[in-house]
Amino acid sequence: MRVALFLTCVNDTLYPDTGRAVVKLLTRLGVEVDFPMAQTCCGQAHYNTGYRHEAEPLARHFAGVFGGYEAIVTPSGSCGAMVRELYPRMGERARAEGRGKSLAATLAPVVPKTYELTEFLVDVLGVTDVGAYYPHTVTYHPTCHGLRGLGLGDRPRRLLEAVRGLELVELPGAQECCGFGGTFALKNPDVSAAMGADKVRNAESTGAGVLCAADNSCLMHIGGTMARLRSGMRPVHIAEILASTEEEPLA
Amino acid sequence: MSGTYLGMPAFPAAARAAVRNPTLRGNLRHATHTIRAKRARAVAEVEDWAELREAGKRIKDHTLRHLDTYLERLEESVTAAGGVVHWAADAEEANRIVTSLVRATGETEVVKVKSMATQEIGLNEALEAAGVRAYETDLAELIVQLGDDRPSHILVPAIHRNRGEIRDLFRAEMAAWGRPAPEDLTDGPAELAEAARLHLREKFLRAKVGISGANFMVAETGTLVVVESEGNGRMCLTLPETLISVVGIEKVVPAWRDLEVFLQTLPRSSTAERMNPYTSMWTGTTDGDGPSTFHLVLLDNGRTDTLADEVGRQALRCIRCSACLNVCPVYERAGGHAYGSVYPGPIGAILSPQLRGTGSEIDASLPYASSLCGACYEVCPVAIDIPEVLVHLRERVVQGGPVTRAGNKVVLRPAKGHAAERAAMRAARWAFGRPGALRTGQRLASRTRRFHPRTLPGPGRAWSETRELPPVPPEPFRDWWQRTHGGEAGGK
Ligand code: SF4
Repeated sequence: MRVALFLTCVNDTLYPDTGRAVVKLLTRLGVEVDFPMAQTCCGQAHYNTGYRHEAEPLARHFAGVFGGYEAIVTPSGSCGAMVRELYPRMGERARAEGRGKSLAATLAPVVPKTYELTEFLVDVLGVTDVGAYYPHTVTYHPTCHGLRGLGLGDRPRRLLEAVRGLELVELPGAQECCGFGGTFALKNPDVSAAMGADKVRNAESTGAGVLCAADNSCLMHIGGTMARLRSGMRPVHIAEILASTEEEPLA
Repeated sequence: MSGTYLGMPAFPAAARAAVRNPTLRGNLRHATHTIRAKRARAVAEVEDWAELREAGKRIKDHTLRHLDTYLERLEESVTAAGGVVHWAADAEEANRIVTSLVRATGETEVVKVKSMATQEIGLNEALEAAGVRAYETDLAELIVQLGDDRPSHILVPAIHRNRGEIRDLFRAEMAAWGRPAPEDLTDGPAELAEAARLHLREKFLRAKVGISGANFMVAETGTLVVVESEGNGRMCLTLPETLISVVGIEKVVPAWRDLEVFLQTLPRSSTAERMNPYTSMWTGTTDGDGPSTFHLVLLDNGRTDTLADEVGRQALRCIRCSACLNVCPVYERAGGHAYGSVYPGPIGAILSPQLRGTGSEIDASLPYASSLCGACYEVCPVAIDIPEVLVHLRERVVQGGPVTRAGNKVVLRPAKGHAAERAAMRAARWAFGRPGALRTGQRLASRTRRFHPRTLPGPGRAWSETRELPPVPPEPFRDWWQRTHGGEAGGK
């Protein structure tokens, strides 16, 4: 099977390790991965900040780059939800405004083919044990768009439970938002910081050394708060844990 | 809405004080988490919750689509049952109508059932200006009134107060309003409730005029419905000679049997009860039973304008259960006052900027008072997609566009103060439309990474005040990919 990796602009620029982990993991599972070099950004930040018209050309660009692939895999719950949930809505709105039928038609093909990484592993490849080894105590934070947008359910948890050496501990208040919310972190800094600090305190109460999530944007906010609060915990993307093996452990 | 909210600062500024007040945050956290857990249990008991939610949504949508028809039907039924219907286009008109109705009775005191609509229009203040004293009889509303405070929650307006604060308030203020609190009052819940009961009893027995809102109005029969937990509402609805109900036009439902849905979803969503302890229904007037005069004031105050907006109109489905407040992480930290309206929390963030327009600082900032986490949508018993409306209203703020104000179509200009953001969004869209440009930027960031500051200037400062910035890696992913897998240079 050949899939396109949609890494997202944040991961590409700031978290290339996550991208390398996805490539390593999928290759190990026998999937042929391609990274279309023309990819940029799904337009989520624009859309969610109120710039729908600025997001439209980016969505078109996305569809142009990825339209020809059998499946599109992304290690980001929120960018996955952008394509799956909000692209159809953008198409509908454009149609309702009488701005041609083309946007909806252009976006339609990529919508059902886009998968968040854990979804792709469990639903499409049908695996929960990916042969990973990670000897650490880990707590899992289900990010809002993964949890409520895509409905990832217990997929990430099942994948983590199958990792050898990994001890998974429950995160109190797991379903509460960490306070990132894209531009929310900049527009409402006090509330956002208070939410982040509470998330870190809850994570610390578990005694785990690692907080894992399926979205680097939330991890950037949580990890930045951990570093500032001099917490001993580390934020790690789930792809990096799943890519880690006994022979090639995660650095 | 109430004049007390005029000139509110934008949400982020108003929230700052609350975030830094540990007592307030403790009170809010305790209260919202308790009710949140109870609600989840009460909802889980009902097997067909998803169907009830869908049914509630459909009934409301259908009614809103034919609102004119159902309101006319309601007027006919209420009139036929001996009531008098008045139409109020805005707060001022509603206050004028109610004030003159009270004046006509010759009374200078009225008792009130807790009502969002009368708070929205600032009725108590208007009555006071006309020499009429309005007594709130709901326990939490009484606390707010005695404290000369503002409500901070739809259902539990005094949620921001703890028991000790309430005892102090009763002891200091009750005497000025009627029967004083006992000297030795403690902060025990039973003692506090008893003090309020004795204080209020005096008012119920004396009042000749009662003022209420309603949770529902049935078009078919002309029946109004109030659900409550304390029974004080029932006293106000039955003892006075004159009853005046001020109700938002969106509260109408077509038929009696529609109540079947909402009388299940409302109590479980709001107080986590299977049924409301008191469900009072009144239809016009009946000789020798209850008030002999009944007036219904139907309030628009921005509702038909809201109805004109295809995306935003779903806010009118709201049954004011307050479930969205109790799950909202932003409400929990910012407190209800920061929303600058009687409608706080997620529903307030989408309702106020529609009812009042986005002209003021506070209203333009409300659509951003959310991290779009979606918890509010998940619990809403009438499935209002609050995140969708928030994003829609953000668009209205930054890009302007057509809206309806006072029945007229107008085109809003983009709000001021977003110029830098708009430019940044355009620039980002330009770069993201050109992978080559994106790559150049990434490389530049990588090459200069040793010189990056640990704090950011401008809007980014808010980030680096409380969080470390992620370090820029030496090589973006796409460069690594090209180095190891080939691929065409820099994309198209
Ligand atoms: S928006 Fe929904 S959850 Fe919030 S108060 Fe209204 S009905 Fe309840």
